[in-house]
Amino acid sequence: MAHYILKRLLSLVITLLVATIIIFLIIEVVPGDPAAYMMGLSGSSEAADALRIELGLDKGALERYFSWVGGMLSGDFGISYTYRVPVSQLIGERTLVSVPLTVYALILSTLIAVPVGVISASRRGSIVDTSLMGMAQVGVAIPNFWFAILMVLVFSTSLGWFSAVGFPGWDAGFWPCIKALTIPAVSLALPQAAILARVMRSSVLEVMQEDYIRTARAKGLSRRQALIRHGLRNAMIPVLTILGLQFSFLLAGGIIIESIFSLPGLGRLVFQSIAQRDLIVVKSIVTLLVLAVVLITFLVDLIYVLVDPRLREEGRG
Amino acid sequence: MSLLEIQDLSLSIHGTTILEKVNLSIEKGQVVAIVGESGSGKSMTSSAVIRLLPEGTVTSGAIWLNDENISEKSEKEMCAVRANEIGMVFQEPMTALNPVETIGAQVMEAIRISEPGLGRAEVRERAELALHRVGLDNQRFPLNTYPHKLSGGQRQRVVIAIAISQNPALLIADEPTTALDVTAQAKIMTLLKKLVDQDKMGLLLISHDLAVVADIADHIVIMKDGQVVEQGPREGFFENMKHEYTKMLFAAAHHKLQQKFVVEETDPVLEIRGLSKDYKIGRKEKLQAVNDVSFTIGRGENIGLVGESGCGKSTLTRCILGLEDFQKGEILIAGQKFNGERRLRRHINVVFQDPYGSFNPRHKVGRLVAEPYYALDDPPNEDEKKQKVVEMLEHVGLSASDIDKYPHEFSGGQRQRIAIARALITEPDIILLDEATSALDVLIRDQILELLARLTSVFGISYLFVSHDLTTVKNITDRVLVMKDGVIVEEGITAEVYQNPRHPYTKALLEASPDITKSKINNKEQLNDNIFQH
Amino acid sequence: MKHLPLSFIVGGILTLTFTLVAILSFIWTPYDVEAINIAGKFAMPGLDHLMGTDHFGRDIFSMVMVGTRNAIAVSLVAVGIGMILGVPLGLWAAGSRMNGGSLIDEILMRGNDLVFAFPSLLMAIMITAVFGPGAINAIIAIGIFNIPVFARMTRGGALSIWTRDYIMAARVAGKGNMRISYEHILPNILNILIVQATIQFSIAIIAEASLSYVGLGTQPPNPSLGRMLNEAQTMIFFAPWLAYFPGGVIVAMVLGLNLMGDGLRDMLDPKLKKRKASDVTA
Repeated sequence: MAHYILKRLLSLVITLLVATIIIFLIIEVVPGDPAAYMMGLSGSSEAADALRIELGLDKGALERYFSWVGGMLSGDFGISYTYRVPVSQLIGERTLVSVPLTVYALILSTLIAVPVGVISASRRGSIVDTSLMGMAQVGVAIPNFWFAILMVLVFSTSLGWFSAVGFPGWDAGFWPCIKALTIPAVSLALPQAAILARVMRSSVLEVMQEDYIRTARAKGLSRRQALIRHGLRNAMIPVLTILGLQFSFLLAGGIIIESIFSLPGLGRLVFQSIAQRDLIVVKSIVTLLVLAVVLITFLVDLIYVLVDPRLREEGRG
Repeated sequence: MSLLEIQDLSLSIHGTTILEKVNLSIEKGQVVAIVGESGSGKSMTSSAVIRLLPEGTVTSGAIWLNDENISEKSEKEMCAVRANEIGMVFQEPMTALNPVETIGAQVMEAIRISEPGLGRAEVRERAELALHRVGLDNQRFPLNTYPHKLSGGQRQRVVIAIAISQNPALLIADEPTTALDVTAQAKIMTLLKKLVDQDKMGLLLISHDLAVVADIADHIVIMKDGQVVEQGPREGFFENMKHEYTKMLFAAAHHKLQQKFVVEETDPVLEIRGLSKDYKIGRKEKLQAVNDVSFTIGRGENIGLVGESGCGKSTLTRCILGLEDFQKGEILIAGQKFNGERRLRRHINVVFQDPYGSFNPRHKVGRLVAEPYYALDDPPNEDEKKQKVVEMLEHVGLSASDIDKYPHEFSGGQRQRIAIARALITEPDIILLDEATSALDVLIRDQILELLARLTSVFGISYLFVSHDLTTVKNITDRVLVMKDGVIVEEGITAEVYQNPRHPYTKALLEASPDITKSKINNKEQLNDNIFQH
Repeated sequence: MKHLPLSFIVGGILTLTFTLVAILSFIWTPYDVEAINIAGKFAMPGLDHLMGTDHFGRDIFSMVMVGTRNAIAVSLVAVGIGMILGVPLGLWAAGSRMNGGSLIDEILMRGNDLVFAFPSLLMAIMITAVFGPGAINAIIAIGIFNIPVFARMTRGGALSIWTRDYIMAARVAGKGNMRISYEHILPNILNILIVQATIQFSIAIIAEASLSYVGLGTQPPNPSLGRMLNEAQTMIFFAPWLAYFPGGVIVAMVLGLNLMGDGLRDMLDPKLKKRKASDVTA
């Protein structure tokens, strides 16, 4: 088991390393002169020169790369060009919105999808199954940003329940914040839940065909008991993978959703930074998001070990 | 009344008739075996008793268990019947256990369902006892063992433990040993017999192999196309067979071909010299799959290579076919060193076990059979190829019109004929038969073996029969090699080896292999010795 | 194919309709999509304008037609890139793994994992932002993320085919890696690849819409469904039809493709067929 985890950790580090190289190449090397790019058309040449020095462009690419990665390792992400504050400070504030939003959406998505998938599978072919899966089909097809626009339309205009946009900040207390995050989280979660429900259903159906379910039935368990006691844990294995992938999808999905709902999160920040050509912020946030994805993948691998004893053996994986 | 009484059981799935008026009964402590080929409805009969049937199944007739008509019970009541009165063992032990739960948990669950009132410690004790009774002692196989740590035979024992832990009156075993090696098969059969005797259970044993059940059955039922064609007590059953089908099955079970006389010395078509092959497993460990193997096959000679799974025979086969590298030794084909060279490939070909996986489903027979021509530097033109394919199809008992059909249009036996045609097309010196008849029903197997024998005389081809099945090899080979742990442990004229095995492993194999002509197991002492091994 | 699955019929009709509309838009639209008519702005959907007009008085129906065409074009090329590069990569990885070269396989698959580590939408936004917005860069950005999807699927399918006996038979005949991959492997995994392609197509349509929505896809004045939604957003309170129609079209198009993919899978999946057969004989 230690071997398996070590191997996963190693591949995690390598992935991160290569990812930083790719990000660095895309942002600092390929465009030619990042300073000129960041200044846009309006910048004077003196200003561009000043920026070049600030970015350290007078140094070689290799040196710049190492000082960037080294800086990140010590928590120094540089100074934002547009906001003139440390990027780490910007990110810190924004993370407190984005991460709760993503986690909220992921929890919602799971809470909806797992029961729907199980119910659908255990009543395969019934009206319940057909209508749930029909809804899931439509859910998969809805772009989350369109869904978000419709939600805004429904909740803040027609129903007038609560203001659908904006974020009060955590100082305003826990519940107001959760309230502000609810509609964005639902917008993010529903299309994902539709995908997850379909995966869950087919996974359960597949597992119910397994021989060990028949063994369980021969013991005297009813179909339902066999499903709950022996099917679910096995059916969760492929679902876990999808959950891991969804995390990265939700994080990225936040870019658009946060803009629609005017939430001050990482997604909105990266979007604004791209618009303002603030590459210093862009590369840091992208790196952080990749880190988050890779960590989640690692976490999923660890959960696998807990769920599946076959992975627990030394030298496997 | 009997323990189990099946009366006029008919069954259909989505309108297709599977069973028609099946009648049979089982007494306490009696072993009743249902024997039939695939599609005979034998498994469906047992599934109907425990009522674990596919969707869309309609049954009629009555199933009496302990004087209760269980076919009238509700699904909920059937759960109780399964928990308390019927235990079941399935064919595929590798997948019959939940991979994410310990064997202890799975046995204990069965006990708790059967007797909900028991305390935790008591359930544990009972589970340990059940596992002990099937030969998995708690020192080596504690309750927290996971299934993937166990071999196929050991897993099958766990499944049996689950079944007997509920103290059923009736045990159903559906092809319980088909997926296992011969030695494991013999042990599981002996175990089942012992448990039935001890607990006075009834045992309904399903098998495709008459020889396997002949040893332990008290009563034999022969099924074909959903009907019982013949049944009667084991005592005198084979002496008084009435139905033609039964006689055919019996004949196929101890198949005998015309034996050739001892082959005179001829030039060797295949020579293996000191072949060794190991695999790396993990970081430092090595698995010696094939260890210093040498043998020679002369022209027209039929050799058997026998061993259980994991003995290295598959690796050896792949090396001979030039599909895998090896570390030491050499392979000579037609006197020349062979290590996958294309120009030598025309001299050797192969027929595989699975008639369904042997062909690209998207190609027509004509193209499939002509594939080995690829190895030729000067392949014939399309017309000549086609003519040759037709010729070969006719040799193997198919017709010229089959050339434009797809493989799925043929039955398993026919497909094996196509595979033989493909192997023959370049007129090789030697054909490897890699378990080539193991997946076939007995009657079909018989026909294929006869075909192979005929082709030997037509083409003067040598065969290397690779098989786990000693009975098949016994009757069709001139010489036999016995392989264990990568080493050839015994080699000799087939008849001599079977009569006077020298190596203890060969002896064990022969003892374990089912033989319809052998007498019933009744040596209880020997039984108990064997049970705790493996 | 006597019994086509319902999902395939419904999905096929939807997909065919949008394809025809897209083709039609080349030669005919009710109005010129770039024609501005301020006097006729914010017209409600009606007989003159089936889907109403926007803040410049442009005909939404015409714009949706051309937007559909753009969405299909971008997605088609992007999925094409993914298949053309991903399928050979997957075949290569599987082939080398089955012939002792697991190092190549390992490298290819780790490369795949790497691409999966980047949230795809985020990277697409970054790529189009740095290299300039526009349809071509959107295609490249979406295409890159399709490569590992097809590579992984191809590899998985190929590995299972490689273990079949008929591959052994081909190897015994002396056939090499390339020939086996092309002659025996590819035709037998084409099913799953086609199914996957329809699903990737639908994902690409949503991705294209997302990129256009944030202003990085197809550029004005060329209409795109995503950008129409973005523009509609500020006006939904008094002209909600601006949001209904482009969004509805995206949903219908994606739904059609997914249904068709599901139907195809039911028709082509040998596992399902086998299961049905074994129900009868087991």
